[in-house]
Amino acid sequence: MQTSRTSRRNFLAFALGVPIAGATLAACGSSGPGTENGGSGGGSGGSYWYLSVDPNETIRRTSLDRFNKANPDESIKGTAFQNDAYKEKIKVAIGAGQAPTVIWGWGGGGLASWVDAGAVEDLTSWFDENPDQKERRFPSSFAAATVDGKIYAVPAETVTPIVLFWNKQVFEEAGLQPPTSWEEILELVPKFNDKKIAPFSLAGQSRWTNMMWLEFLFDRIGGPEIFQAVFDGEKDAWSNPAAIKALGEVQKLVKADGFIKGFASITADTNADQALLTSGKAAMMLHGAWTYGSMKTEGGDFVSGGHLGYMNFPPVAGGTGDPSNTYGNPGQYYSLSSKATDEQKTAAKDFFKTQVLSDAEQTDWVNDAGQVPIVVGVDSKFSGLEDAEWLQFVYDTASTAQTFSQSWDQALSPTAAEELLSNIAKLFSLDVTPEKFAENMNAVIGK
Amino acid sequence: MALPAFLMFVAFAVIPLIGVLALSFTQWDGIGDIHPAGFDSWRDVLTDPGLPNALWVTFEVMFLSWAFQTPLSLLIGVFLAAPHRYRGVLAVIYFIPLLLSQAAIAITFKALLDPNFGLGAGLGVDLLVQDWLGDPTLALCTVVFVVSWQFIPFHSLIYQGAVRQIPISLYEAAQLDGAGRIRQFFSITLPQLRNTIITSSTLMVVGSLTFFDLIWVLTAGGPGDATRALALDMYIRGFRANLMGPASAIAVILVVVGLLLALALRRLGGGRDTGSQLEGM
Repeated sequence: MQTSRTSRRNFLAFALGVPIAGATLAACGSSGPGTENGGSGGGSGGSYWYLSVDPNETIRRTSLDRFNKANPDESIKGTAFQNDAYKEKIKVAIGAGQAPTVIWGWGGGGLASWVDAGAVEDLTSWFDENPDQKERRFPSSFAAATVDGKIYAVPAETVTPIVLFWNKQVFEEAGLQPPTSWEEILELVPKFNDKKIAPFSLAGQSRWTNMMWLEFLFDRIGGPEIFQAVFDGEKDAWSNPAAIKALGEVQKLVKADGFIKGFASITADTNADQALLTSGKAAMMLHGAWTYGSMKTEGGDFVSGGHLGYMNFPPVAGGTGDPSNTYGNPGQYYSLSSKATDEQKTAAKDFFKTQVLSDAEQTDWVNDAGQVPIVVGVDSKFSGLEDAEWLQFVYDTASTAQTFSQSWDQALSPTAAEELLSNIAKLFSLDVTPEKFAENMNAVIGK
Repeated sequence: MALPAFLMFVAFAVIPLIGVLALSFTQWDGIGDIHPAGFDSWRDVLTDPGLPNALWVTFEVMFLSWAFQTPLSLLIGVFLAAPHRYRGVLAVIYFIPLLLSQAAIAITFKALLDPNFGLGAGLGVDLLVQDWLGDPTLALCTVVFVVSWQFIPFHSLIYQGAVRQIPISLYEAAQLDGAGRIRQFFSITLPQLRNTIITSSTLMVVGSLTFFDLIWVLTAGGPGDATRALALDMYIRGFRANLMGPASAIAVILVVVGLLLALALRRLGGGRDTGSQLEGM
């Protein structure tokens, strides 16, 4: 199942960032990245770059193979890349006009920068011509694919909301109940600290991990409008009183030793934060649904023994945000390169139509990866599965959320996102006050 | 014979350097069109409080790692140069860290220093259970330590070679005059190694400007900005924040700082390191 590695901006493996392209690596090296040769079927449907790491890689490749087998005339050539290497490579390839026909992406601010550069096709009319393609997907998955009212990417793959995980065993031994409000979270902190158990696990060096706390506190205190104002480029949006309060609440938790000692040096890509939860060194963890799989495989009997508890982030007293709101990855995104030939574009659109989130692919995602495809009604496939309860929880969280927002660092432009992450690190190390944080961030609004 | 080398130098050093200089006067996100932007990037970089911090961190790492590495490498080098029973074996063992990739070293140390799952927690030694990479001061010291750990073998090797060049007759004469080992070290070995110390220091100082992968993997510049050295600052701005203009400006600053340092060190050596050592010996 997917780990954070494949879905987040992390760069630990930067130095090891060689594309894990297997047999295709040789082809890639000889003809240059993005060279649009025909695939194994000899057709000329263009190329498709996607992310490696199983089981997701196999699912992506299987889908493509099914398409190529059914459409030998327009077969598409696939190449897998390691996550971080891909982020650099795709940027360079697009900049050089050598992008693959089908561009795998995260939507949001990154997609917007491709749109600005005129690198990707407007797919609005394609969705108008194929209304079933629009109706079958979660409506929330389209926001991150939309730039200035036009759809530039096909939402694909799975939905991964951020969830508050907790260790049932630790709570039981401590004689405590899981929190139902932010206030109860703050009350639990000293109780766990007295028992020498960290209240929350956090991989603070990764920074986006800290950001998840702000997303939920902003939302629960002031609703999604607070960040929306930032996103829309409203002046001084970070100085909203609700934002200042949320920033202060985070620092309150830091000062109360709510996070595990040394959290600033823990990174998420080694799954050390998950290990803290599964080993009982920490009682709770706020993290993406994508961590479920690795907790299951690496956490011993933690998941299989029924010790994993999960819930949506609880409300804050006096807050105006709807407690059903959630944050995370509303999907993954396939864009169509504007530099592709007409023939390639047709092939790619056929691929989107017949294979992406096809019934067979949905089954693969559910059964092989334990993930929830962004398809309305996919929960009918859950019954009888080992992970049925978890899958249903993710499905319900995603489909009943009044607002499902994309993670801030993905929603913003890379420039603003880097400034945000850098300031978040300082907020958590208490190097900046909430007011100073807001001031720093107001300076990059709209950049 | 110099022509091919000169052409290579132009192709791979001069032209990219000019390119970077040109880029520093533009606005570019790495994907779209490049727009001329005059001195905007330079103004952004020079007024950013991040720049003094990055310069300061760079100099701290440079100075501390120099101050830590030089005496140790010198002593190890002198030790290895002397005839010793297990010298050959020890020399090989000391040399191992240099053979490892920086990324691998950083990943290993990161695992060892982890406050929850690292060496300290594993052995139950509370002294080792520190927030090595999460506390600003400790993180900087840790970076210096790991850098030194890797490069001390290399500098020891240079010193070892240099010590062996010192004529044995000098020591024999000193012994006749009744000088002890310590006196011999300070009166003969150290002065004779003067040029080697300058060479080794130049390599350390200029090399430390390019420290990137090790710090990047260990701390990613954190906590906060505590270990965000110039090279990191350049990468973060260019490839994470998509600000190629300011990143190029920092690259130019790096080149200038490196040149100035190399020149200063040559001055310090009085230019004599270019002369022959055999004369007058």
